[in-house]
Amino acid sequence: MVAVSEIKEGDVLLELEDIHMYFGKVNALSGVSLKIRKGEIHSVIGPNGAGKTVMMNCVNGLYHPQKGDIRYKGERVNHVSPHDRAKLGMARTFQKVEVFGGLTVLDNIRLGRHIHYKSGILSGSVYFGKTKKEEIEHRTFIEDEIIDLLEIEHIRNKPVGMLPYGMQKRVELGRALALEPELLILDEPLAGLNLEEVEEMARFILDVNEEKRWQVTCLLVEHDMGVVMDLSDRVFVLNFGNMIMDGTPQEVQSSQEVIKAYLGEEDLYATRA
Amino acid sequence: MEITKELTIPKLFFQQAQAFGDDRIAMREKEFGIWCPITWKQYFEEVKYITLGLVSLGLEEGDKVAMIGDNRPEGLWAEMAALCARGVGVWLFQESLIDEVRYIIDHSDTKFLFGEGQEEVDKALSIFHECPKLKKIIWDDPKGMRNYDEDFLISLKEVQQLGRELDLKQPQLFEDLIAKGHGEEVALLFYTSGTTSLPKGALLSHNNMLTMGRSLMTVDPCLATDDYVSYLPFAWIGEQMMSISCGLQIGYTINFPEGTETAQENIREIGPHVMFAPPRMYEQMTRSVQVKYLDATWLKRKFYEFASAVGYRVADLKFSKTPVPWYWSLLSGLAHITVHKKLKDHLGLSRVRNAYTGGAAMGPDHFRFFHAMGVNLKQIYGQTEVAGISVVHRSGEIKFDTVGKAIPGTEIQITSEGEIITKSPSVFLGYFKNPEATAKALIDGWLHSDDRGFIDDDGHLVVFDRTKDVFTLRDGKPFSPQYLETRLKFSPYIKDAWVIGNERDYITAVMCIDYAVVGKWADEKKINYTSYHELSQQSAIYDLVEAQIRQANKDLPEAARIAKFTNLYKELDADDDELTRTRKLRRAFVEKRYEDIVKALYSDNDIVHIDTTIKYEDGRESKIRTDMTIRKIART
Repeated sequence: MVAVSEIKEGDVLLELEDIHMYFGKVNALSGVSLKIRKGEIHSVIGPNGAGKTVMMNCVNGLYHPQKGDIRYKGERVNHVSPHDRAKLGMARTFQKVEVFGGLTVLDNIRLGRHIHYKSGILSGSVYFGKTKKEEIEHRTFIEDEIIDLLEIEHIRNKPVGMLPYGMQKRVELGRALALEPELLILDEPLAGLNLEEVEEMARFILDVNEEKRWQVTCLLVEHDMGVVMDLSDRVFVLNFGNMIMDGTPQEVQSSQEVIKAYLGEEDLYATRA
Repeated sequence: MEITKELTIPKLFFQQAQAFGDDRIAMREKEFGIWCPITWKQYFEEVKYITLGLVSLGLEEGDKVAMIGDNRPEGLWAEMAALCARGVGVWLFQESLIDEVRYIIDHSDTKFLFGEGQEEVDKALSIFHECPKLKKIIWDDPKGMRNYDEDFLISLKEVQQLGRELDLKQPQLFEDLIAKGHGEEVALLFYTSGTTSLPKGALLSHNNMLTMGRSLMTVDPCLATDDYVSYLPFAWIGEQMMSISCGLQIGYTINFPEGTETAQENIREIGPHVMFAPPRMYEQMTRSVQVKYLDATWLKRKFYEFASAVGYRVADLKFSKTPVPWYWSLLSGLAHITVHKKLKDHLGLSRVRNAYTGGAAMGPDHFRFFHAMGVNLKQIYGQTEVAGISVVHRSGEIKFDTVGKAIPGTEIQITSEGEIITKSPSVFLGYFKNPEATAKALIDGWLHSDDRGFIDDDGHLVVFDRTKDVFTLRDGKPFSPQYLETRLKFSPYIKDAWVIGNERDYITAVMCIDYAVVGKWADEKKINYTSYHELSQQSAIYDLVEAQIRQANKDLPEAARIAKFTNLYKELDADDDELTRTRKLRRAFVEKRYEDIVKALYSDNDIVHIDTTIKYEDGRESKIRTDMTIRKIART
């Protein structure tokens, strides 16, 4: 594991420098550079197949780019495995929910807490003494902080597989939060949700980003332009593996290049307005 | 306990808190998955510092303090604190729209408003500048409140801090304030839901509230060790009656569920001993049992059929006061073990000694349903103007077409026009800023209810309907549309029904299907639909509804049967003013709003064209263009 230094608000938390990623002859990312500062919501947009998810997989350690550096808190993390990156404070949700359908909501979230457990297999198999105390502390954290934040009290004991899709997405976010991450990668958290669910999810993302208790930096991949432009501090535009621009929502909205490459027509911003 | 003219709610609160102290649990709230107890001593201290905080913010005698939010301890503390500080409590329904909030806050001259969290604060903020009397808005849930910095916003914690500071300076102040109160002073300003007009504010004194609670408790005593679940809006007088009037006198534990979605589950966890809910709650329970029955396996269904057949039989014997033969008792025991015990547990009714329903009419079918299960369900009749209730069924003397006998201290009479009038120490002081309405309602100390009814041979009161709602059928007989509507609602597929037919040739009905239940039924029948309005207009759904109406039409005289009906393209909703906040149908309003539908029902058309705009809660609008079928029910 890499030793990490303390990062203050506004410092660069995650840096991608000249990332290249190929699958055979397919060039998924060619020379992408991105800086994410602590405390911001940084969105990545781009048409389907632009390489957004590939980029997230590189950040998160599922893929290892052939060329380029990924630095987290100033340290190069290219070869750190996903679970070690999780320990460093990176959490993510997936475009298609990847929850454990047979487990309850509570168990799914508890699973995200796994890396914070200190007791080993042996002591963990007997619910006694320190292990018991630890378990109670974690449970308190989950109940007080996550279930309350995401307003899922009424389903805490329901198997996730039985819940509607919008709720499953919420549970997935809860599991990512259980890690107490510093950087949260959200891969299309709003895809497939209805209007009400979108509004709620957007509120949760803002809460997690702004609320003093959390202040999590978010890397958001999303197609819903209305939400992206409302929530983001900065927007990064990707097209066929190339970076088109990186700027504030206003800059991106008024950039002719972006409009041409991705948005097509001007009035497409307002998809849900 | 003696209720003197001197006794006030705060005085009683003080006595009870001293008596119970730290040994007894006053309330519980489920938070973060755990039931957290609050002892009487804690309750007392929370209230004390809120009271003093309000005083230091400038609350004076007679000032109005409004509360809005879900049921939670903080809501009750705020109300109690307002009373202790010699203010007057005003409750608003949690889901009230901005206009309703504005009207009540403005009309009542509210000075302080307790909101729960961001949602309520947002409502309050949007009306703050239109209500000049409003001074401070107090909130207690910090969620989402990080960006609010208006100087008239203050958190409950800060109010209590102010209270603590004042307490250091004037340690006797709290007790002095309580001692100053008098039982005949106004305690609550309660806005009635009003099916016809703007809400009216009923002024209720401490004495009104306390005598009403005592009278009910002499009929059906509760124990201090009982549990009660508070989940219905505090703005409903029935909830005030249970949580304040009765709760304070008996000292039972009041339990607050985690949230509105978890209420049913939390009730089951607590298993309350006493319960008071409007019919819609019992209707909901009935529906969920009926739906689960339809879903169950063959064997389970057979067991249920056996148990309910036995249950109905035994309940009918009891209704007619015939002794139950030993073999029926035996079968009933078997039904209890196999089905009813579990069923009651699932509904949270396993420990209920007395369950009350009131506030609107409940159909005899629902009534029998609960008695068949062995739940001692009783009708209550009352109104906000008598601080809750005046008439109730006595155990063992249940007649499902009556509402029972007057509670002690209450006199009921029927005027020559058939109007029900009441006299009791709980009759209210009058309407706030509305002397004409007061003069109409209060004549020589008799409260005129505007309800029609009569007293039957057993001395039970029978409430027919609101005077203006009683129909005259074509054969000249009076008829209550509510009776037919409640019968229709016994079907799990029907959420609401609106029966029309006053002085007309025949009776018609506008039906609202239950989206969840009918939707599931349609899924099983492989009927496609995308929305409520599409589903409601399918001919298969018309067949289904027709079957339900035929069932309700059975054993009714020819003139009282429904001859035509249509399925409404939307559910009736309190937000659209079609129902009151307690879900009573506002007949005059819907008749005007759906004029075209009514006209079509009394013409030869078999289709009515709808072209209307629906307004959503967040202000969005959408157009609806559809054709509603009108179906005739052929005579059989």
